[in-house]
Amino acid sequence: MSEYLVSIEHERLSFFTPAGEVKALNDVSFYISEGEVLGIVGESGSGKSVTAYSLMGLTAHPGKLLGGTLDFNGHRVNDMTEKEFRKMRGNEVSIIFQDPMTSLNPVYTIGNQIREALKLHTDKNKAERQARAIELLELVGINEPEKRLKQYPHELSGGMRQRVMIAIALACEPKLLIADEPTTALDVTIQAQILELMMELKDKLGMAIMMITHDLGVVASMCDHIAVMYAGNIVEYGTTDDIFYNPKHEYTKGLLRSIPRMDSREHERLVPIEGTPVDLLNPPKGCPFASRCDNCMQICLREKAPVTHFGDIHYTSCWMNQKAELEGGEEK
Amino acid sequence: MFKYILKRLGIAVVTIWLIATLTFFLMNMVPGGPFLSEKAVSPAAMAALEAKYGLDKPLLQQYVTYIGDALHGDFGDSLKQRGRTVTSIIATKFPVSARIGGLAVLAAFCIGVPLGCISAMNRGKLGDSIIIVIATCGIAVPSFVICTVLMYTFGVRLGWLPTLGLGSWKHYIMPVTALAFYPTAYITRLMRSSMLDVLGQDYMRTARAKGVSQFASLFKHALRNAILPVVTYLGPLLAYTVTGSFIVEKIFTIPGLGGEFIGSITNRDYTVIMGTTIFLATLMILMNVVVDIVYKLVDPRIKLK
Repeated sequence: MSEYLVSIEHERLSFFTPAGEVKALNDVSFYISEGEVLGIVGESGSGKSVTAYSLMGLTAHPGKLLGGTLDFNGHRVNDMTEKEFRKMRGNEVSIIFQDPMTSLNPVYTIGNQIREALKLHTDKNKAERQARAIELLELVGINEPEKRLKQYPHELSGGMRQRVMIAIALACEPKLLIADEPTTALDVTIQAQILELMMELKDKLGMAIMMITHDLGVVASMCDHIAVMYAGNIVEYGTTDDIFYNPKHEYTKGLLRSIPRMDSREHERLVPIEGTPVDLLNPPKGCPFASRCDNCMQICLREKAPVTHFGDIHYTSCWMNQKAELEGGEEK
Repeated sequence: MFKYILKRLGIAVVTIWLIATLTFFLMNMVPGGPFLSEKAVSPAAMAALEAKYGLDKPLLQQYVTYIGDALHGDFGDSLKQRGRTVTSIIATKFPVSARIGGLAVLAAFCIGVPLGCISAMNRGKLGDSIIIVIATCGIAVPSFVICTVLMYTFGVRLGWLPTLGLGSWKHYIMPVTALAFYPTAYITRLMRSSMLDVLGQDYMRTARAKGVSQFASLFKHALRNAILPVVTYLGPLLAYTVTGSFIVEKIFTIPGLGGEFIGSITNRDYTVIMGTTIFLATLMILMNVVVDIVYKLVDPRIKLK
């Protein structure tokens, strides 16, 4: 098996809806090593969450994996049965969701929901499970853990609930933690606390994190590598420095122009990316970003851009980077 | 919790008094009386009867006397069923209705809830469609049709089940089925829609992501959330059903309380009208308090105030 914890190669996944085939993922590949933090950035519907869910076997109903290979921690995910997935979920890979207000079951206590994960994946007895639950709450920075365990989700604040979600996710010390927009629903001060907590726990427990977000600020502070997704494709991949200081894809550049910068001069305007995301029912033939791109060329509309590598890690698929080779024949 | 129950009981007393008052005056506003019949009764005999039951007195005085007696637990004698008190009528007939009604509600719950779950889990598939069609029929078809069809099929054609009375357990099957039909269909539909709602909730995804199997997540995580609307419906349903159904009892010749509700009204049997109305009202209010308490037990977010 590969040296990576996660290796996804050429994944293609579609949702077969009554309206037709929605091509959610078109040839997505990336790798995560043990203990690495990968940020997946992109707008809504770009396929970030779909990629993560497919890795856990949680693809929602009309979705179907059409091609590619998914490997995780020595498992070939493509061939796994539901039973094998059950053993893996919550144990080797855990996920925390966007909205902590609705992600916990309102009719069971916090303790019950933490112990449930332990009961499923460990052979700890009742007292040991209770002790571990207390330990977990302490780990995620919740005070008076014994009292909290007896409380119901509605008695806790949003930030507190997200900490509980993290505690549940970490109950069995997974190798990979998928964080699906974990701070989107929280207010800013709490966001910072939760991110800090995640980084702290990562250092303590040594798990890898797949950080799904549309907030570039989040990835900048946390991630080793960043994958920028657009319309079911990874359009650019690189280290955090590559992406922020040396973006090569027009979409990445656009994203960076659209966020405020601390070091900007006064009155510098933020530039939004015009247009709307592509319709995945009828994806364009060429580059999916072409219709919104300021530097769109004729070839962008006709053909998908080949991958251009910059060094070992950084790559992108954008015709702009092939310009030098093109200038001989093609006219802009 | 204890305080809440006391408060609810206090409100209940007022509500029952209001219902009793309203019924008393409305009942007396309706033309006719208990002693009018096709055979002419001599004015002297009529006057004697009315005097005996106090019906010759002014209405307000009758009302005060009735409420006074009722407070002492005396609901009077039946005006038409000679020699029987209202209390004894309810005491002998209620258990019969309660047994059939209780069984019917139990059956409706035990069948409706799983059917609703199965339907929701197979949304859009053949099983779901079949269940929905049957449930819609169950709601649309009136009980006398169901009674007649049951009786004709199992009583007359096949001869498997007795068609009248309540001698053995076999006698219970048809009336209970007939009574349970509508609530089963209703609970199925309620359960289906609330289960569909719950299955789409984020915490169900959390459970799956934790490694809980689909079956276990349904039982542990979905059912307790989805059952609340059914609990709400179950309270009033139980109160109505255990007090008997006029139609089902008439068709299967069951000596239950259901007949008394209608019979007392057509007979202008004032004391029985009052007695049965107060009994049903009390039961209804009690069931609602029970529902509130069960609600609190099922869903910790609910606060009883």
